[in-house]
Amino acid sequence: MPKVNVERLRSASVTRRESDWEGVRLHVVTGKGGTGKTTVAGALALALAADGQTVLLCEVEGRQGISRLFDAPSLPYDERRIAVVPRNGATAGEVYGLAIDPEAALTEYLEMYYHLGRAARALDKVGAVDFATTIAPGVRDVLLTGKVYEAVRRKEKKRVHDRPTYDTVVLDAPPTGRIARFLGVNAGVADIARVGPIRRQADSIMALMRSPQTAVHIVTLLEEMPVQETSDGIAELRAARIPVGSVIVNLARRGPLDRPTIEAASADQLPRADFVAALHETGLPADDATVEGLLTDAREHAIRVAMEDELRTRLDDLGRPIYELPRLADGADLGALFDLAGELTKQGMA
Amino acid sequence: MTAPSVAPIPGAHPLAVDALLDDSSVEIIVCCGSGGVGKTTTAAAIGLRAAERGRRVVVLTIDPARRLAQAMGLAELDNTPRQVEDIDTTKGGRLDAMMLDMKRTFDDVVLAHTSPDKAREILENPFYIALSSSFAGTQEYMAMERLGQLHADASSNGDYDLIIVDTPPSRSALDFLDAPKRLSSFLDSRLLRLLSTPARGPIRLFSAGMGVVTGALTKLLGAQVLTDVQTFVAALDTTFGGFRQRAEDTYRLLQERRTAFLVVAAPEPDALREASYFVERLRDDRMPLAGLVLNRMEAPAAVHVSPERSLSAAEALAESGQHPVAAAVLRLHGERMTRAARERRLAERFASAHPGVSIATVPALSSDVHDLPGLRQIGTRLGGE
Repeated sequence: MPKVNVERLRSASVTRRESDWEGVRLHVVTGKGGTGKTTVAGALALALAADGQTVLLCEVEGRQGISRLFDAPSLPYDERRIAVVPRNGATAGEVYGLAIDPEAALTEYLEMYYHLGRAARALDKVGAVDFATTIAPGVRDVLLTGKVYEAVRRKEKKRVHDRPTYDTVVLDAPPTGRIARFLGVNAGVADIARVGPIRRQADSIMALMRSPQTAVHIVTLLEEMPVQETSDGIAELRAARIPVGSVIVNLARRGPLDRPTIEAASADQLPRADFVAALHETGLPADDATVEGLLTDAREHAIRVAMEDELRTRLDDLGRPIYELPRLADGADLGALFDLAGELTKQGMA
Repeated sequence: MTAPSVAPIPGAHPLAVDALLDDSSVEIIVCCGSGGVGKTTTAAAIGLRAAERGRRVVVLTIDPARRLAQAMGLAELDNTPRQVEDIDTTKGGRLDAMMLDMKRTFDDVVLAHTSPDKAREILENPFYIALSSSFAGTQEYMAMERLGQLHADASSNGDYDLIIVDTPPSRSALDFLDAPKRLSSFLDSRLLRLLSTPARGPIRLFSAGMGVVTGALTKLLGAQVLTDVQTFVAALDTTFGGFRQRAEDTYRLLQERRTAFLVVAAPEPDALREASYFVERLRDDRMPLAGLVLNRMEAPAAVHVSPERSLSAAEALAESGQHPVAAAVLRLHGERMTRAARERRLAERFASAHPGVSIATVPALSSDVHDLPGLRQIGTRLGGE
């Protein structure tokens, strides 16, 4: 059932209320390529920080999408504070950014879990690190998810860290077509390694991924293929027993035509004489070509809206909460990102 | 309904798509670009257009989302090319489509290059199963393999004279260019030699230095994994020597003049940034670039009414409260014109940064393309009609 967020919209400005995802420690944001999942992940991280949390936003595909989004210098393999969200003159929450690099993750992993300082260097010399991170790309996913796991669990560890601990981790994840395989990669490891530390680590990671502390949100556009992939992705995640969160409709167009006008436009029944009069009145050319051109614009828009309506119905049928973010006229700069974060808060996502 | 059109981009040479499709010396067209830009649709549309202009075409997609199947009305795509029905064959062309099944391709390589006993040993090896089916990235190697196979078959039996390849989204689109190099460095690596030695004798295992490494591996993976990996690796050399050779041949084939690369993008800053990356990478690798296809360009009608005039007229009408419907449509027109102008600026910027790159534009259609007539319409726009 689709979630209607009108009530939340009204109450958001008055009192702080629970988000739809209380208890979630790891928000995974996926989506078909080109749907804007990095932007949505960034907006979600800001929204969570506005709620008073310390948030880690991480990416795993080496695209430096986070630094670009936050106008920050390229992220090294290190957690850097990229945004501070103020409230009433004080700091409400913070967002840290991390671009996880599989090679550095491997070295760190070996050191942290196995204290393999010297042996790790030996492995590096014979090309095992290269092998692990490049030749067998599954290992790459194991390392990337392992680092995400470590960041989520850091808060519970007794050991005092020189690094920040996080209330929530937001992962800008690989695209929908790969997401179930990516998050479930450790289940595959468990098939290979029947015993040993790798097996234990893999089991712990899978336990987190399959727990209610994880929610996988899928970003889509109101277009056929992204909606289809959203539906396929949800099926694959369910099969892998990984909890599906919400569906986020991104880049939604809020056109200036009201419903009756859209219906008239698609039935080719817009009042032509009215257009001629309006064009005359405003000093624009009122010839047939202009009138016909404007009617064509309206008709094409109506066709698109009708298609979007049908796709919305299909998304509703998926039975997940739906949030919607508008298409911003000038793309997503940092200011716009705060606006999108505000939208997510209003709609109850954070 | 009159077809929307996009005016040529100033400073860019228009890409002659039909001339490319009609050039019988072009045997392979590779479509690359970031996700969500309509790459698969472009591959299918040019495949259909080439076939209806008389080429014998096979479209190979390595995208796991089965989108091409939907667009081409095929119930299922598997590792075998399937003929697409209902196309115009009056010029003697044909159109087949297939989707890469990476595990199947991998299995076929194993079966073709080793004895049945040894093949079974490999196919049942857990490390092999994980590598060939669940691990991401294998598809790039397998795409090279399948492209090479298809091209070799086509050269010998003449089934196809044009192969169109749709690559996986994002940067990994060009990972398959790196496949031969990675495979070579893997097969020649010290690790491989190290892993294959213990199977032959325990003495060398404990020689200085080696013990540290194998000890670390055993600690990490458990002894069973090491044995599995060793079995797998020991079988690799014989099985995959041929594969490496063919991957290298395919890489060289891609550099030849019978190949043409099309970079596909949408008029968005991110997609064009990726397109720039592809263009530069292809140049570095000396791969022949045919040009850029810019999909989904906003194409409003009544282009002689500028966005400024349209929006201010809408404003004036809104203030006077008259003709509300016309006012709303003028606002819509103004918004569409604004968007079109922004997209053109992006395209012009790309053109000035990459002066030698020809560009074809495809206007955004008001509905999604998921059938042959829709693909044909895209093809018509690409052909510049």
